[in-house]
Amino acid sequence: MSVEQMTTTGVPAEPYVTADGRQIGNVLMEMKNITLRFGGVVAISDISFDIREGEIRAIIGPNGAGKSSMLNVISGFYVPTEGEVWFRGSKRPQMKPYQVAQQGLARTFQNIALFKGMSTLDNIMTGRMTRMKTNMLQQAMWWGKAQKEEGEHREAVEKIIDFLEIQAIRKTPVGRLPYGLQKRVELGRALAAEPDILLLDEPMAGMNVEEKEDMSRFILDVNDEFGTTIALIEHDMGVVMDLSDRVVVMDYGRKIGDGTPDEVRNNQEVIDAYLGVEHD
Amino acid sequence: MFYREAGDFHTTYKDDNQTFPIKFDRIRYYVVLAVAFGVIPFLINDYWANAVFVPFLIYAIAAIGLNILTGYCGQVSLGTGGFMAVGAYACYKLMTAFPEVSIVFHLIGAGFVTAGVGVLFGLPSLRIKGFYLAVATLAAQFFLVWLFNKVPWFYNYSASGQINAPERTVFGMAVTGPNTEAWAKYMICLVFLTVLAWIARNLTRGTVGRSWMAIRDMDIAAEIIGVNPLRAKLTAFAVSSFFVGIAGALFFSVYLGAVEVGEAFGINKSFLVLFMIIIGGLGSIFGSLAGAAFLVLLPVLLKNILVGGLGWPIDIAAHMELIIVGGLIVVFLIAEPHGLAQLWKIGKEKLRLWPFPH
Ligand SMILES: Nc1ncnc2c1ncn2[C@@H]1O[C@H](COP(=O)(O)OP(=O)(O)OP(=O)(O)O)[C@@H](O)[C@H]1O
Ligand SMILES: [Mg+2]
Repeated sequence: MSVEQMTTTGVPAEPYVTADGRQIGNVLMEMKNITLRFGGVVAISDISFDIREGEIRAIIGPNGAGKSSMLNVISGFYVPTEGEVWFRGSKRPQMKPYQVAQQGLARTFQNIALFKGMSTLDNIMTGRMTRMKTNMLQQAMWWGKAQKEEGEHREAVEKIIDFLEIQAIRKTPVGRLPYGLQKRVELGRALAAEPDILLLDEPMAGMNVEEKEDMSRFILDVNDEFGTTIALIEHDMGVVMDLSDRVVVMDYGRKIGDGTPDEVRNNQEVIDAYLGVEHD
Repeated sequence: MFYREAGDFHTTYKDDNQTFPIKFDRIRYYVVLAVAFGVIPFLINDYWANAVFVPFLIYAIAAIGLNILTGYCGQVSLGTGGFMAVGAYACYKLMTAFPEVSIVFHLIGAGFVTAGVGVLFGLPSLRIKGFYLAVATLAAQFFLVWLFNKVPWFYNYSASGQINAPERTVFGMAVTGPNTEAWAKYMICLVFLTVLAWIARNLTRGTVGRSWMAIRDMDIAAEIIGVNPLRAKLTAFAVSSFFVGIAGALFFSVYLGAVEVGEAFGINKSFLVLFMIIIGGLGSIFGSLAGAAFLVLLPVLLKNILVGGLGWPIDIAAHMELIIVGGLIVVFLIAEPHGLAQLWKIGKEKLRLWPFPH
């Protein structure tokens, strides 16, 4: 295989099969030499990796490794100091977050960022924002198109509500929901956009075992049933090993591992980082 | 007994999404409309029109307008008085420049002019938030009043510096000018309020409304799920100012007839409308109406009870009003930010479950 065919991450640009037999698809998104500095703090230093169509890609690493910062770069919330983001084979120009969303990217946040004053239903309906087409005049009159559109989107949202098993809290203001359910509603809001790539920042943080199992099931189902590509940050190694097709490991802003869960688990540098070996 | 969803099944999402999902509420709403349009116009006299109904209807429009901006979109404005003045002066200029056109179009036109001005003053909201935005709108308030005082073109170079509404008719009935009947004033304001409240309700339950509320609740998350913050904020400023502008135009042309800008549309007006939505309920159309009704009725009641009934001096009654309003603002801000509307809702919720609250 020639060098040109390799991506920046050292794996083939074409679909390939991993050592443990996983099908890895085409490159959907690629981070090329991303560096992100905040004044003197280097949150990300020269990291490259790709996200392939249909996979579940995990990003792991100790606290402060720069994982959330990476997600913020991908979703257009931070502008990288250096480096490029490529999406569907072309370099992404600098974009506002809402423009990135319109390209088919949705996400959840490490600290839940729901619209507290709105109901579960309205939160998830808002997730379909990028797909709403009627203008303000039509909505002001609430006839014809606006009403029809609202109905159609409501139907799509009800499917998500059924899928996530949150029918009972449809009309409850989300501020009143327990933590675990809020996380679920936030997933619902991201799903409502029917994104091509779904970014999840610690979707299971602070959950009990049962809630984690539910959430894992939802994530796998989304990936299976809708073919959605998922990139997620998670601290629970058991969950990561079960869910993900490939894993990126970060430590102090650097990438120290990239591969299948097995490869990563056996990587000496990763073991050191997690066992807290002194850095030089 | 009758206040139940039971037996009132919603089989479509459209049904489930209507304004009054419970039948009893729906019926009561039609009864209120029927009384407002079919009964009151025949009973109303000058006192009731000028002291209660006309100011209530006009303030309700302004309160809905401010509530769209502040309650729904989370952008605090202290410039309501100034924007009402824009509506009033726009209406005056249109009335005098195009006397052959119906006043209805002048009023709507005044709304559009105010919407444009609102967008202009809304531009800083993209950069500044909260307290600083409030200060910026306060600056707009003072600037606009100063402008209408300073530039004679706005008051057609009249010697007094005031603007006076000439007589205009709708379907042959005078609605402005000294010969206007009480019921005609009432009717034109009622029609405007009904249509505008309906539009506000439609906007706030749809996509635009959700984009406003998303910006209010968490602007970062809103942007990341695809809400364009520039668009959301500026549409809120535009729609809000449209409502406030029409309220100002009605206040000038139908209610007062003659206006001196600093007196009619000063900073006090901004606070009055703000208090209406705080007491009535932020983010609620019904709350806007309730707040407007409350603050219009309160001084009338106090005057009748304290001055008329108990024989208190007028100035003490006026101070009493300030104390009550001030106290209520504090109570609502601390205990119930969703105002009277929320109390009403909680009451209904209790009633829905009564007599078995669990
Ligand atoms: N907006 C910011 N301004 C300044 N420094 C920042 C900012 N965001 C992140 N950082 C810094 O960048 C580094 C990486 O933070 P980041 O939140 O990406 O870590 P993380 O891997 O998500 O950690 P955790 O597991 O705790 O969520 C930290 O040192 C953090 O203090
Ligand atoms: Mg993080």
